[in-house]
Amino acid sequence: MTSVPDTPEPGFRLSQLIYDTRYRSLTIQVVVLFLVMAGAAWLVDNTIRNLNVLGKDFNFGFLGNRSGYDIAQHLIPYSNDSTHARAMLVGLLNTLWISFVGCITATVIGVFVGVMRLSPNWLVSRLMTAYVEVFRNIPLLLWILVAIALLTEVMPAPNAYRINPTTGEAQTSMILFDSVALTNRYTAIPSMEFLRSLGVVNTPFAPISLDVVAVLVLFAVSIWANRRFVGWANAVQAATGVRPTTWWKSLLILFAPVIVLLIALGFRLHEPTLQGFNFTGGTNVSNAFVALWAGLSLYTGAFIAEIVRAGILAVSKGQTEAAAALGMRSGRIMRLVILPQALRVIVPPLISQFLNLTKNSSLAIAVGYMDLRGTLGGITLNQTGRELECILLMMLIYLSISLVISGAMNLFNRKVRLKER
Amino acid sequence: MKKTVFFGALAAAGLTAGIASAATLDDVKARGVLNCGVNTGLVGFAAPDANGNWSGFDVALCKAVAAAVFGDPSKVKYVPTTGQTRFTALASGEVDVLVRNTTWTFSRDTDLKMDFAGVNYYDGQGFMVHKDSGITSAKELDGASVCIQTGTTTELNLADYFKANGMSYQPIAIDSNAEGEQQYIAGACDAYTTDASGLAATRAAFADPDNHIILPEIISKEPLGPAVRHGDSQWLDIVKWTLYALIAAEEYGVTSANVEELAKGTENPEVNRLLGVEGGLGAMTGLPNDWAVHAIKAGGNYGEIFAATIGESTPIGLARGLNAQWTQGGLLYAMPFR
Ligand SMILES: N[C@@H](CCC(=O)N[C@@H](CS)C(=O)NCC(=O)O)C(=O)O
Repeated sequence: MTSVPDTPEPGFRLSQLIYDTRYRSLTIQVVVLFLVMAGAAWLVDNTIRNLNVLGKDFNFGFLGNRSGYDIAQHLIPYSNDSTHARAMLVGLLNTLWISFVGCITATVIGVFVGVMRLSPNWLVSRLMTAYVEVFRNIPLLLWILVAIALLTEVMPAPNAYRINPTTGEAQTSMILFDSVALTNRYTAIPSMEFLRSLGVVNTPFAPISLDVVAVLVLFAVSIWANRRFVGWANAVQAATGVRPTTWWKSLLILFAPVIVLLIALGFRLHEPTLQGFNFTGGTNVSNAFVALWAGLSLYTGAFIAEIVRAGILAVSKGQTEAAAALGMRSGRIMRLVILPQALRVIVPPLISQFLNLTKNSSLAIAVGYMDLRGTLGGITLNQTGRELECILLMMLIYLSISLVISGAMNLFNRKVRLKER
Repeated sequence: MKKTVFFGALAAAGLTAGIASAATLDDVKARGVLNCGVNTGLVGFAAPDANGNWSGFDVALCKAVAAAVFGDPSKVKYVPTTGQTRFTALASGEVDVLVRNTTWTFSRDTDLKMDFAGVNYYDGQGFMVHKDSGITSAKELDGASVCIQTGTTTELNLADYFKANGMSYQPIAIDSNAEGEQQYIAGACDAYTTDASGLAATRAAFADPDNHIILPEIISKEPLGPAVRHGDSQWLDIVKWTLYALIAAEEYGVTSANVEELAKGTENPEVNRLLGVEGGLGAMTGLPNDWAVHAIKAGGNYGEIFAATIGESTPIGLARGLNAQWTQGGLLYAMPFR
C-alpha cells in the first residue's frame, strides 16, 4: 500500500529559499540588501582609494579660509576678505531669494493662465494655450538665455543716461518720474531711506534695520486686527443677516497705522543717480537676476497653469451649475466654489513644481547670477580644488531646501484637503 | 553569515575599483591618442577652425607631446575646458595634460595636486576698454563694471588690485571667453580683464580691433604653462622635456625645416643628444630616441610656433618680450640636454 504524504518532508533544503513562497520574499530582500550595500561600499572604497592616489584628503577646513573673490549680488554684507563659508551663505541666500520670488510669480502667472485657458472667450483661451505650449516645450535654459540676450542687447548702457555737455540732453532718460533706469547691466530702482531712523542692529549674520522691523511688526498687528474685525462682521451678519460695511474700514485698519509710522520715521525713496560708470544711490537689480527670474517664472508658470486647469476641471460641473442657480456671478463661483475644491487636486503637483523651480534656479550659472552653485559649487570649488567636499555640501543643502519646501507644502495640503468624517 | 558576505562583496569591489592609474604614459599608449585639455576657443592659443581642426600656441604643445610619444602629431583629442572645469578634468583623468593658459601658482601646484611642467608663456593680467570711453589707465576704473572669467587667478588678482588702490568695482561673472566678448561688446561691462595675451587674442578677433585699447597696467605675474596630475614623474618629465626640446631647438637653430637633416648628425654634441643621435636620452624616459625630432617637426621650434600663432606677423601681434630666449634678454631657458 502506498500512501502519498501530504506534508512536506521534514528538514530544510536550500532550494526552498527560492521555491518556497514562505521564504522567497525574504531571500529577495536579503539579496537586494547585499547588492545595495556592495554598491555603496564600492563607491566609498573607490572614492577613498582615488583620493589617496591623488594625495587629496577630505576636509572642510577650507570653509574658514579667506575667499579672495568678489560677488556682485549679495543680500548680506560680503567682501573678498570674507570666508568661503560666508560666500556659500551669500550663494545660498541668493538661491533662496530667486526661488522665493520665482515661486510667487510662477504661481500668480499659473493661476491666471490656468483659469483664463478655460475662459469661454475663444481668443483668450487660445492665447493662453499658445503661451502654455510655447513655454512648456522649449528648454528653460534657452528662455533664460533669450531673456539675458534681450536685456543686454536692447537696453542702453548706463552711459546713455549721461547728459551730453554740447547738446544738454541725454540719449535716454529714466522712466517712472525719473526714478528707474533700465540699463544693459541692471535696473536701477530707488532704495528706501528713513530720515528719522531708529537705527541699525549689527549682528554677525547681517545688519538689521530697526525701521524695517518696526514696519513689519506693525503690519502684522494690523493684519491680526483686521482679522478680528472681519470676524466681528461675520458674527454680526450671522446674528442679524445684515453685513456691516467693511471694505474701507478694513483698508484703514490695514494700512493707516503703517503709513503713519512711515511718515513718522521720515520714509522716502532715494533715487539712483549716474555717477562715473554706474548708477549709485539706489538699488541695482542685476539683469542676471531679472533674466533668471523671468525665465523661471514663465517656464514654471506654464506647468502650473496646466495643473490649475486640471484641478478646475476635476471639480464636477454640477458645482458650477449649483452655484449659478444660487445666483452667483462667475468670478465669485471661481473664487468661492471652484478654486477651494480644486486646491486639493492642485497642491500636491504644485509642490513638485516649486521643487523644480528651486533646483532649476541653479541654471543661474548661465547668466552669472551667483547662487549656491555659482559660489560654493563654482568659484570656491575651483579655487580650493575641493570638488568632493563642495559637491557633497551642495547636494546636502539642496536636499534640505527641498525637504523644507515639501514639508511646508504638505502642511498646507493637509489644511486644504477634503475633510472626511 | 551576513558579515562574511558583506566583506566578500567589499573585497570584490576593492579588486574592481577603478583607480586613476599612475602610469599616464602607458595609458596614453594603450589608448593610442593623447587627451589634451585646451580652452574653449581663444584664437591664437587654441581654437577649432570651421572643419574642427584645432590650432594655436597651446595646441602646438599638445601636438609636440603627441609627436614625442607616438611620432604622430595628429594623435590628439582636444578636450575644451572652461576656467571652472579644467582642474577637475585633469584630476579625474579626463585629460592627460592641461595646456590652457593656466597660471602656475603655489596652491595649484600643492593643494590642487597638479604639477606644472614649465612655463610656455610668461604673462601678466591686463585690462581692455572701449577706446571711446576715454580711459587711459586702470587707476581710472573706480566704480566700473568689469567682466571676469570665474575660477581663474584673474578674479583673485582683480579683487586684490582694486582693494590695494582703494577702488570699487562691479564684477560680472562669465564662464568662457566667448561669453566675455559678447558682454563686453554689448557694453555690459566697462572693462574686460584677463591675461594680457588673452586680451590681445580676444581683441584681434573683434570686427573693429582699433576701437579697443589694452591699458598699460599689468597687475600680476601670470606664468602660463602645461600641467599634469601630481604623482607621475615619468609623465611630468615627458611633458617638461618636450617643452624644453622646443625651446632648446630654437636656441640651437634647429627648425622644422632642417631637423631631418640635423638628425643625421652634427658637430654640436648638445644638438646630437637632443635629436637622439647620441646619448640615448629618449630611452631614459620611456620614449624612442628620436622623440624630439618628431616633436620639433610637428610645428617647429618654440620660436616658429610663436611666430606662426601669436607673433608679430599674426593679427594678435604679440612681441616676444619676456618670452625671448635667455640669450636675447628673455626668460626662456631650457635645461641642458645631457
Ligand atoms: N591664467 C589665468 C586665466 C586663464 C583664462 O581663463 N584665460 C582665458 C582668457 S586668456 C581663456 O583662456 N579663455 C578661453 C576660454 O574661455 O576657453 C588662470 O590660469 O586662472
